[in-house]
Amino acid sequence: MAELEKRSHIPTVIADELHIVYRVNGAKTGKGSATAALSRILKRGEERGVRKVHAVKGVSFTAYRGEAIGLIGSNGSGKSTLLRAIAGLLPAEKGKVYTDGQPSLLGVNAALMNDLTGERNVILGGLAMGMSREQVKERYQEIVDFSGINEKGDFITLPMRTYSSGMAARLRFSIAAAKDHDVLMIDEALATGDRSFQKRSEARIRELRKSAGTVFLVSHNNKSIRDTCDRVLWLERGELRMDGPTEDVLKEYEKFTGK
Amino acid sequence: MSDRPSPDDGLSAADLAAKYGLAVSGARPGLAEYVRQLWGRRHFILAFSQAKLTAQYSQAKLGQLWQVATPLLNAAVYYFIFGLILKANRGMSHDVYIPFLVTGVFVFTFTQSSVMAGVRAISGNLGLVRALHFPRASLPVSFALQQLQQLLFSMIVLFVVAIGFGSYPGLSWLLIVPVLFLQFLFNTGLALIVARMGAKTPDLAQLMPFILRTWMYASGVMFSISTMLAGRPEWIARVLQANPAAVYMDLMRFALIDGYGASHLPPHVWAIAVFWAVVTSLGGFVYFWKAEERYGRG
Repeated sequence: MAELEKRSHIPTVIADELHIVYRVNGAKTGKGSATAALSRILKRGEERGVRKVHAVKGVSFTAYRGEAIGLIGSNGSGKSTLLRAIAGLLPAEKGKVYTDGQPSLLGVNAALMNDLTGERNVILGGLAMGMSREQVKERYQEIVDFSGINEKGDFITLPMRTYSSGMAARLRFSIAAAKDHDVLMIDEALATGDRSFQKRSEARIRELRKSAGTVFLVSHNNKSIRDTCDRVLWLERGELRMDGPTEDVLKEYEKFTGK
Repeated sequence: MSDRPSPDDGLSAADLAAKYGLAVSGARPGLAEYVRQLWGRRHFILAFSQAKLTAQYSQAKLGQLWQVATPLLNAAVYYFIFGLILKANRGMSHDVYIPFLVTGVFVFTFTQSSVMAGVRAISGNLGLVRALHFPRASLPVSFALQQLQQLLFSMIVLFVVAIGFGSYPGLSWLLIVPVLFLQFLFNTGLALIVARMGAKTPDLAQLMPFILRTWMYASGVMFSISTMLAGRPEWIARVLQANPAAVYMDLMRFALIDGYGASHLPPHVWAIAVFWAVVTSLGGFVYFWKAEERYGRG
């Protein structure tokens, strides 16, 4: 792998023996009744009634400036969890992630409220991503135009719950993509909206990639990984199974999935 | 397989990170830096609280009218039960008791709903915490701010009730501003404390209504502590009167109601009010910040 011509040797993200464990309350196998829960509480011990899910097991890698890295693996292999841990949104159980600047996950879904108008959601989403009030005001028209929400009438002043799922997804993507990032992480955000919006969003992601130092892309679409990434991490059951140039890893992965 | 050879070969991950000035992702910033970040998010905090407030009634036909109608109906129900059926006024004249009761209910509700929202501030917004970066204290602070705005709507009702029962606006009404400010500080501190506890133990949200109801009955929302405990050792009344909920209620009543004079207030009441506000808000803030990097684990 050493022969891979690298754009730079400046690391932007270093993961060092990273472990992530989710704790789920009340999902312990056995009886789910109240008395069973009570007896679990009364029993001594550190983790009562808590089931642990070890989602990422000792992953280490170093990402360099200018790289576009794809993350592949079957469902539930820990890809999204790993992204969140890199972004510092999920605390690590063991190990550390070092980053240059603040990595950001592309997405604002959680900050938006269905009962508010699209207009207010644009402002709220922008502020939630850490833009200043002036920046939001400046980008507002751009975001609305990009989303194309107003193509079929004045929908931006209606509550988001009245939007079709496609329209809502378009607005969400438009808000999320309005900000530039140092280390950008995209979690299967490519496939939203209708064909013309997909084309526009792919172009926008390419733009974001250019301005970002390092890009991580989670996708099940091998084609979009081939198009955008020059290095791929393959996760399986929370472990890093392979790390290398896109073609090598995808070949093994396709063999593994039997395609 | 995972480590790629590079000129920095042989360096451990920590050394490599140090060499290029990389920082641990998601590490807790220092207290001063944290305050700075939080201040930087002030527009988000305000927008989020207003959004929550508006979203609350957006499906109702009467819309934002409910902001005022809800406290009004609340006051009517309490008046019906405690004023007409139970006759809990105990020697207070009608003109004093009704505003006394309504003030008590609104002021206590302010603290109560701030605590309830605080408990769920982190545990109920895990999606947000796991998706975006911001100082997590933004959430409990924002919820406390939402309750403050809610209270300002209730104050309209309160003014109408006070005037309706013969307490007219005077200079003492200016005291409402510092009282609300101190109570808001206190509530924010409390919301921060329970937010951290609720993030670790979500069960607290189930338990909290009972704790709050007990607190409400012990704080003299529907009755005057000093008259109720007449004949008992004085220190019991003093202790009950020094509890923050009672202090803020009494000060608000003192400011608003003509027939509720200084004789109803415990000694050093302003000092106690400031003490609770400062200690709770600063203590709560530091307590919350100490666990900053652990929120979102679920």
